[in-house]
Amino acid sequence: MQRSRTYRISFILIGLALLCSWVLNLSSGSVHIPFEETVSILFGGKPKVEAWSYIVWDYRLPKSFTAILVGGGLSLSGLLMQTFFRNPLAGPFVLGISSGASLGAALLLMGATMVTGMTSFSFLGDASLALAASVGSFFVLSVVMVVAQRVKDTMALLIIGLMFGSITSAIVSVLAYFSSAESLQRFIFWSFGSVGNLTPNQIILLTGIVIIGLLLSILSLKPLNAFLLGEHYAQSLGVSLKKSRLIIIIATGLLAGGITAFAGPIAFVGLAVPHLTRQIFDTMEHKVLIPAVFLYGAILMLLCDTLAQWPNSASVLPINAITSLVGAPVVIWLLVRKRKMLF
Amino acid sequence: MEKGIQKSLSTHDLAIGYGKNVVGQHINLELHLGTLCAIVGVNGIGKSTLLRTMGRFQTKLSGNIHLNGKELYQYSPLERSKSLSVVLTEQPTSKNLTAIELIALGRQPYTNWLGTLSVEDEKNIQFALNAFLLDDLKHRKCHELSDGQMQRVLIARAMAQDTPVILLDEPTTHLDLYHKVQILKMLQQLAHNQQKTIVFTTHEIELAIQLCDKILILDGKENPFGDPCELIEQKHFEKLFPSEMVQFDAKTGSFKVSK
Repeated sequence: MQRSRTYRISFILIGLALLCSWVLNLSSGSVHIPFEETVSILFGGKPKVEAWSYIVWDYRLPKSFTAILVGGGLSLSGLLMQTFFRNPLAGPFVLGISSGASLGAALLLMGATMVTGMTSFSFLGDASLALAASVGSFFVLSVVMVVAQRVKDTMALLIIGLMFGSITSAIVSVLAYFSSAESLQRFIFWSFGSVGNLTPNQIILLTGIVIIGLLLSILSLKPLNAFLLGEHYAQSLGVSLKKSRLIIIIATGLLAGGITAFAGPIAFVGLAVPHLTRQIFDTMEHKVLIPAVFLYGAILMLLCDTLAQWPNSASVLPINAITSLVGAPVVIWLLVRKRKMLF
Repeated sequence: MEKGIQKSLSTHDLAIGYGKNVVGQHINLELHLGTLCAIVGVNGIGKSTLLRTMGRFQTKLSGNIHLNGKELYQYSPLERSKSLSVVLTEQPTSKNLTAIELIALGRQPYTNWLGTLSVEDEKNIQFALNAFLLDDLKHRKCHELSDGQMQRVLIARAMAQDTPVILLDEPTTHLDLYHKVQILKMLQQLAHNQQKTIVFTTHEIELAIQLCDKILILDGKENPFGDPCELIEQKHFEKLFPSEMVQFDAKTGSFKVSK
């Protein structure tokens, strides 16, 4: 068929774009390393300055890998939510799922240190941070889902998501008031969002989480496509509603929660990327959309991180600010241009 | 045309409603393959409730529903999806699907876990496209289709699902007379040529009398069921609406406003 061939070309193009933005991301940073040097370092060459090799291999490469996982994973969770909640404006940040993850993380980072006085984080600590954030996001996700069953109005759902954000930030303020300066600082840095501060163990854990989320989404391909017709039609097509709902929720919660735990609450990627992807891949077929959205999200995150590392300047901007600066106008543009966001 | 002998859909003393709120009871019907059946009745009498109960979207209160000789409640979701398809009044959530993508979703019960379409699936989809004159429109997005075209796409999807029984909830609302007749004639052909049992709710009683093989009148009491001619002879349509407003003319099979 003609259609699948054009998608193949799109996939090749988007793959090349990912490669380009990845190399661009690797070659930019507070220390200027010439582009050819970066490429030669990647292929095992000896750079002019010894430290460059170290910077590329031990700092920039893990950071770019994290950016790929974070961007791809968040975008995928946004796609799942938009299909699942039948709402083109759904996304981990808008529906308060990221807020839930923040709450979990805040309770752990500030609450736990208040109780135990412990501040050092081991691998167990990493896992518990991921767990706390995931539990927080699952909690908000299930509440939003219960509400979505009763309130069919899509706007009401978004407002409820916003309210969750407010409740969370209120609880976080209360926690902040009572917690030590040190743990408060850690939480604030965490909430700026960052893809560069992960330990190798955290990256391994994050990779695992994203792979599980990806596998669960691929397992739910057929139910996801059926949900495009609405729940009743899905049911009449033999989809077991309970089972597929559970799988999709676990995938979404794991992706949004796990990523937020390690990279902080990153805004708008999950909401904007599925819509941007549909500008190129004009289809609703999840078999095409899942890989496309993941790749597109990875590209966007790499570019945002490149911007955050403002070339040759020593300061690193918070990535959350960059994604908002990029993502929010995109959403406004989509709303204005199409009036009704179709999905 | 040979009528199928096999009983495909029947209800026995069925009661429908929501929890303690009984909407309708003593509903009996018996349908064979190759039959087009309309469910008629005044607003709020429970036409859609009955259809949703037969489609297993809501629970029956009492009585039995048999699908191909087996109790509907003993079917697994997948098994049911190969025996019964539906066209609902609710529009698909995503209006960004193309007509062919939407129709292809009807093949889900038969495809593998990735939803890959086999040659057989493609054949069924093409057949449904042709039957409902949609071949030229197949790459259009749903939001670009007119109400009548959309309805044909939804029915074609149910047809592609290749089930002996198809239930449709008010397939002719929002359509002009020409498209109403077009849809109903297509349903009639589908029922007769493909040996399917097609049940739909409608307010188009006059068209139903002309085109359907069976009619179920929901009146909240005895719920008469039978051939349109039988029902006319037994004067069931007269009782449907208050006679000071609308009168039924048995000779022409149509309703007249009382003067």
